[in-house]
This record gives sequence, C-alpha cells and structure tokens, in this order.
Amino acid sequence: MSAVEVVASAFLLGGVFLALVAGVGLLRFPDLFSRMHAATKPATLGMLLVVIGGVLLMPDRSHDAKLLLVAAFRFLTAPVAAHMIGRAAYRAGTGALEDLVVDELSLGGYPGGPDAPPSGPASASSS
Amino acid sequence: MTVVAIVCYVGLAVAAAACLYRLVAGPSVPDRVVALDTLLYVVVIGIAVAAATSGDGSFLGVLVAAALLAFVGTTTVARFVEGRGSQ
Repeated sequence: MSAVEVVASAFLLGGVFLALVAGVGLLRFPDLFSRMHAATKPATLGMLLVVIGGVLLMPDRSHDAKLLLVAAFRFLTAPVAAHMIGRAAYRAGTGALEDLVVDELSLGGYPGGPDAPPSGPASASSS
Repeated sequence: MTVVAIVCYVGLAVAAAACLYRLVAGPSVPDRVVALDTLLYVVVIGIAVAAATSGDGSFLGVLVAAALLAFVGTTTVARFVEGRGSQ
C-alpha cells in the first residue's frame, strides 16, 4: 500500500467508526433528543471522512464532484432535518420533555409559537 | 485494501443493525424517523466505501439520489408528525 492508500484507509475507517458510534448511540440512548444528538453529528462527520477517503482513493477525478456534493448536501440538510424532527417531536408531545433544562419553545416569540396571534395575545414577551 | 473494505463493511453492518432495531422498536414515530435517516446514511457511507475501495464510480449517482431522498423523507414525515400532534 502506498502512503496515499494508508491515509485514505484511515479516513475510511474513521468514517465507518463514527457511523458505528451513531448506531450504538441510537441503540443505547434513552430518549429521542439524546438519540438525535448521537445520530446526526457523528453521521455527518463520518460522511465527510468517508468522502475525503474516497476522493483520495478514486483514480478518476471526475467522481470527486459527486462525492463532495453529497458531503456538502449532508452538511446543509442535516441541521434542518434534525431541527424539524426535534420540533415535531416536541409539539407532538413525544420525547423526554420533563428532562429539558432549557425549554425555549415554550417561551414563544416566534411565528406559530404559544404567543402567536392565532393562539393568544402577542404581548408580554420578555425580549 | 480488501481488508480495509471488509472491516468497513462489518462496522457498517453493525451500525445498520442498530438502526434497524431502533426502527422496529422505537417507541415514537420521530424515533423511527431518526433511525431511518441514519440507516439511509449508513447505506450512503457503504456505497461511498465500495466506490472508494474498488475505484469504480458507477454507483455515485445512487449516492446523490439517496442523500436527497433522506432529507426529503425526513422533512416530510416531520411535517406529518407535527401536524398530527397539534390536533
């Protein structure tokens, strides 16, 4: 194995290890929000490491664009998707809501929140 | 390189099994959504590892499509759960 192959293999194995960490966290953590914490961040970094390993290993440079596109797309969409799942779970009442230390969704001050015009008066918000 | 590929596949299989368990056993719908999202990204990582270790980039289009599909599916089900929970 050449030096590039050794480095790329280290990247691949690191990415797979982080995917494994995400799976174990998904399996072992007790509630939805900690499972999301385990599932989103290591999976994103693992994706990036595997993509770097692939870019180093692939002989054809025309494949690099697709790999980097997937990594960039994951970095753009993973926070959005995690945010939407978390907010949906909060509003549906699932998840360990009694364990929350800070509950900013109950404070209001955002569109569709508890103090939004359709559901209540929009005054008395502590800005 | 073959040894690296086999180790990667074993690790990804364990991760996918954990995601599948959470997908089947997860008590709420958002748990299953998170598990399905992670499972799809384990598949994406597997395709990337296969392409990298074999040098064959034929399946990289599948990679892009699966990454798009993961986001669209997750967002759709999140909206569905949110609408259902408010009623």
